[in-house]
Amino acid sequence: MRVTFTVNGRRCEADDVWEGESLLYVLRERLGLPGSKNACEQGECGSCTVRLDGTPVCACLVAAGQAEGSEVLTVEGLADFARQRSGEPEPDQLSPVQEAFNRAGAVQCGFCTPGLLVAADELLERNPLPSDAEIREALAGNLCRCTGYEKILDAVRLAARGAGEE
Amino acid sequence: MEFLRPAGWEEALAAKAEHPDAVPLAGGTDIMVELNFGRRRPRTLLDLSAISELHAVERTPSAVRLGAAVPYTRIVEDLADVLPGLAMASRTVGSPQIRNRGSVGGNLGSASPAGDAHPALLAAGATVEAESVRGTRHIPVEEFYTGVKRNALAEDELIRAVRVRPAAGPQQFSKVGTRNAMTIAVCAFALALHPGSRTVRSGIGSAAPTPVRAPEAEEFLGRVLDEGGYWESGEPVPPLVAEEFASLCAAACDPIDDVRGSAAYRRHAVRVMAQRTWEWAWAGYRPGAARNDDEGGAACV
Amino acid sequence: MQTQPTRTRPESTPADGQHAGGVGESAARPDGTLKVTGEFAYASDLWHEDMLWAVTLRSPHAHARILAVDVGEALAHPGVQCVLTHDDLPSRTTVYGLEVADTPALAGDRVRYHGEPVALVAADHPETARSAAAKIRVEYEQLPVVHDESTALATDAPLLHPDRTDGHAAHVPHPNVVHRQPVVRGDAAAAAARADVVVTGEYEVGMQDQAFLGPESGLAVPAEDGGVELYVATQWLHADRRQIAPVLGLPEEKVRMVLSGVGGAFGGREDLSMQIHACLLALHTGRPVKMVYNREESFLGHVHRHPAVLHYEHGATADGRLTHLKCRIVLDGGAYTSSSPAVVGNAASLAAGPYEVENVDIEALALFTNNPPCGAMRGFGAVQACFAYEAQMDRLAAELGMDPVELRQRNALRQGGTMPTGQVVDSPAPVAELLGRVRERPLPPERRWDTGAGGAELRELPGGVGNTTHGEDVVRGVGYAVGIKNVGFSEGFDDYSTARVRLELVGGEPVATVHTAAAEVGQGGVTVQGQIARTELGVERVVLQPADTTVGSAGSTSASRQTYVTGGAVRNACTQVREHLLDAARRRYAATEPVWASAALQLHGGKVTTTEGRPLVGIAQLLAELHDEHPEFTVESEWRHRPTQPFDPATGQGFGHVQYSFAAHRAVVEVDTRLGLVKVVELACAQDVGKAVNPQAVLGQIHGGSTQGLGLALMEEILVGPEGTVRNPSFTDYLIPTVLDTPPMPVDVLELADDHAPYGLRGVGEAPTLSSTPAVLAAVRQATGRALRRTPLRPEHLLEV
Repeated sequence: MRVTFTVNGRRCEADDVWEGESLLYVLRERLGLPGSKNACEQGECGSCTVRLDGTPVCACLVAAGQAEGSEVLTVEGLADFARQRSGEPEPDQLSPVQEAFNRAGAVQCGFCTPGLLVAADELLERNPLPSDAEIREALAGNLCRCTGYEKILDAVRLAARGAGEE
Repeated sequence: MEFLRPAGWEEALAAKAEHPDAVPLAGGTDIMVELNFGRRRPRTLLDLSAISELHAVERTPSAVRLGAAVPYTRIVEDLADVLPGLAMASRTVGSPQIRNRGSVGGNLGSASPAGDAHPALLAAGATVEAESVRGTRHIPVEEFYTGVKRNALAEDELIRAVRVRPAAGPQQFSKVGTRNAMTIAVCAFALALHPGSRTVRSGIGSAAPTPVRAPEAEEFLGRVLDEGGYWESGEPVPPLVAEEFASLCAAACDPIDDVRGSAAYRRHAVRVMAQRTWEWAWAGYRPGAARNDDEGGAACV
Repeated sequence: MQTQPTRTRPESTPADGQHAGGVGESAARPDGTLKVTGEFAYASDLWHEDMLWAVTLRSPHAHARILAVDVGEALAHPGVQCVLTHDDLPSRTTVYGLEVADTPALAGDRVRYHGEPVALVAADHPETARSAAAKIRVEYEQLPVVHDESTALATDAPLLHPDRTDGHAAHVPHPNVVHRQPVVRGDAAAAAARADVVVTGEYEVGMQDQAFLGPESGLAVPAEDGGVELYVATQWLHADRRQIAPVLGLPEEKVRMVLSGVGGAFGGREDLSMQIHACLLALHTGRPVKMVYNREESFLGHVHRHPAVLHYEHGATADGRLTHLKCRIVLDGGAYTSSSPAVVGNAASLAAGPYEVENVDIEALALFTNNPPCGAMRGFGAVQACFAYEAQMDRLAAELGMDPVELRQRNALRQGGTMPTGQVVDSPAPVAELLGRVRERPLPPERRWDTGAGGAELRELPGGVGNTTHGEDVVRGVGYAVGIKNVGFSEGFDDYSTARVRLELVGGEPVATVHTAAAEVGQGGVTVQGQIARTELGVERVVLQPADTTVGSAGSTSASRQTYVTGGAVRNACTQVREHLLDAARRRYAATEPVWASAALQLHGGKVTTTEGRPLVGIAQLLAELHDEHPEFTVESEWRHRPTQPFDPATGQGFGHVQYSFAAHRAVVEVDTRLGLVKVVELACAQDVGKAVNPQAVLGQIHGGSTQGLGLALMEEILVGPEGTVRNPSFTDYLIPTVLDTPPMPVDVLELADDHAPYGLRGVGEAPTLSSTPAVLAAVRQATGRALRRTPLRPEHLLEV
């Protein structure tokens, strides 16, 4: 079947999609957007987190056909999305959470990073100054095997603080 | 495989009548796992995610009509005042991403004994609104679970909504998992006090082939509260009552050993959760609210 | 006891940290931006025009004879390009293995574990391949399953490898023993008689999984010369190639390997998974073939941490001096050898822990069973031992009425001390100090969950938002543990790495290009290589070439060794490049400027300076002036650490390990004693890293390792049924800690230089994984008074039920 939806502001079309295919597969294998990761494909790790019409979801659990007509945001579009949201004019800049993950040492193997970035960015959009407990509950759906989460928490605090200073 | 995407409810019912073996798909949090791992290859997928009715919450003084596809996140954020037990249960479902997609309708459709919503629905006394082109049935939730991962739906029926009375008394939900987040219940327990009808209802998850109530325990506690005038006084209830109630709840279990926990542990944990949730619920009970009939609208915990 | 560790800096460090991004700084990851933008190409992200997708058909049985395989229906499935079984293997070599080639590339007449690969299918879509694989009919005859020590070592036990000819076959007591290593020193029996207190215990460690997030993946592309290019996520390119090429029937040079992005490893990518399979299919079809395991297949498709049963006896005098240790460690190696022999060597030689015990009688062995193959995982033999000896220390302290930290400190290994293997520890061993550090740290506040007025913050309580307690029956406990891990490959292994370094002028700027085959698996090896080049060559710009097999082997990214060994190789190559440059400069200038001949020179801050800091010329200018004669300065060379020796097969004596690393933990837990649920409140660590080459990355290793240890303490276990099948191959039922399970982890980093190692550094990655688990268990024991001889702990173990 054919599926049409918007990804990172661009209208995309995928043909010959198998009806049982996930949005994750379509993004990664048909649309050339492998940033969303395929760690478990059972909704237990969060590494494929994207925003579907604004809501963070596991792309592996969305049937491709369910995304028809919707707007999808992936890690590849995060910087642009954040820039437009804040009204910043400068292109080619990382978003505050991306910058913070880099600076805080929150990235090791990086496989969890795209999903965490999308989830953390959405958290800060809803709640610009979250408490530690709120950060933990909001990110509890994103497994990381490398960092023990300490630097990830640092990064989210850093991004929140940075935004607060602006 | 065929992918049907009805735009409206009537169309969905017609599709289900035409394709009785079509597998309904909404949040995808169960079905997609089975598809991704090749465990299930339905001939037809019936995507209900575009049907706005299923995402609607209708509140009346006597009932909350919760659309089958309303995601758990909304229950946590918007319905904690009227459906406190279900909101507590919803907060423990999977991850934030899962709560953004998963719904009570899906929990009911899968009818897994581990579904987090079931104990809360049982305790609250929910009714499942099952609909087909033939008409609508209102199934009391305790009659809905018919076996391990089996439910009372006819093959042409879809779940339209769940109807729950707004809480008039305290409700609690408690769930043991082997991790502090994103965990399937080892077992779960829900309790609701219904001052209007002077009854107590319970729900037990993951400790029997289906979600179950503990009728003897409910009856025992209801009788104690009634006969002791506790509904009126709100006085502390003797601890022995809590222990007996908890024992009766444990006795209502019929658990198994599996990778998530032993049968003995499940039975024990249900006992502990029953005792604690009762103590918390009673601590939150105010006799003033008792005069507030069940039909009297939102109460608080 | 108050100790003040000294922070030393090795004399040999040429730089003082003034280079931006040099050694000792928290330089940024060179792949950081790619990783946060989603552009970093992991093995599962690869794509090639015209590529096929392949899947593996695996055995549903743990032990069975294969009577027949019928692929007819699968081949006829539309879209299928190729189906391969054992009969299609092109070479007489059909087995591979890290240490012993005993693992069939595809099962022949017998499968030995649940999940063993039996057939391969390549098709135009993964779903097509999956559907076709389901149509392959394999006729099995099930065989009796060997699943533990008693079934493995029975006189009539089915033999996993009846015709084995490996180097350990001759000395093992039973053919189902992979390898056995005793370590005997002093006279344990005589010393036992002098002990005032003796404690014995049997301990059990469950089967942990590496659970890296990036599933096994790769892309094989057939080449015009009949060879193949393989892009893959692995820990050791050259060891892969050594095992792959013979099964393909190709010379090694026709198997060209390139490291693609690796989503974590932790030991689980040391053995081959899909490498041979993808290559076979690519060579058969003449088309690029991509393989990506799903999570279930990943759990079946790589080795796990050896589960272990450990029998320990310790004795001590009344004043708390250890008299002796007797122990027997039985590791379950599963169906194939993998790295079991080395795991046995570690378990045996580190069985006493970081303590001085003069009289030891130690035996460690690994079994062949029909359980999943076990091999490398972070901590590798030392994790299992540490769980047991640290539990023993606490019990001994209790028997003696001593403080458990004090007992440990009294017996702590120190520099100059002797290991049970007779090896004298010739670099700092601050075991007592590390324990002191974590103990001196203030305890986290009590009842952090109490929000007042009867309210409770569920997220701070055992059970979390599951709402299982509001503080009822919640008890706090504090536990300590310390561990010892060897760094690098041991027992006489020729452990080396290769680096190629080029210095040249690019766009008027001096640029160092570093090329190694070291696998970056997330740890930050690429960052460190760049830092070393900056420090050694005084340049700012460093380009890292992708790791591949066009450069010599770097050895494995395991055993905490890469910063030491590949770091050493990069430093060594840089040093040679520097000398070549300075030699050329001396030849050019010494006649006219005597300082070039007389002074000791260095490269620093973009300049050639005297070691006193007097600048002579900019490196850019120098390179420009030398350009006609030397357009570039390039060195490729191997570097090895000092040699080790094999352990004596009977006594285990020998200089077996090149370096040791040490970490200590203090765990603070709160336990719901009625439900058996545990919340780790804080997990403090102190570790000696010799030299923090990148302090931020060091913390990352300590946090990550500590968390994996926490997982082994409380939740992580592959469950294998008595029939040998894996019961929980999913992230639904194999649980790793979430951010809500992981506490704040304050860290003390000591830098006590090991003068034998580059920059004085000490391998960091594994030590924190050891002591974390026993510290958590000790804290739970203190809170509950329960013996808890097994890890991971389950709620049932804390209750009477």
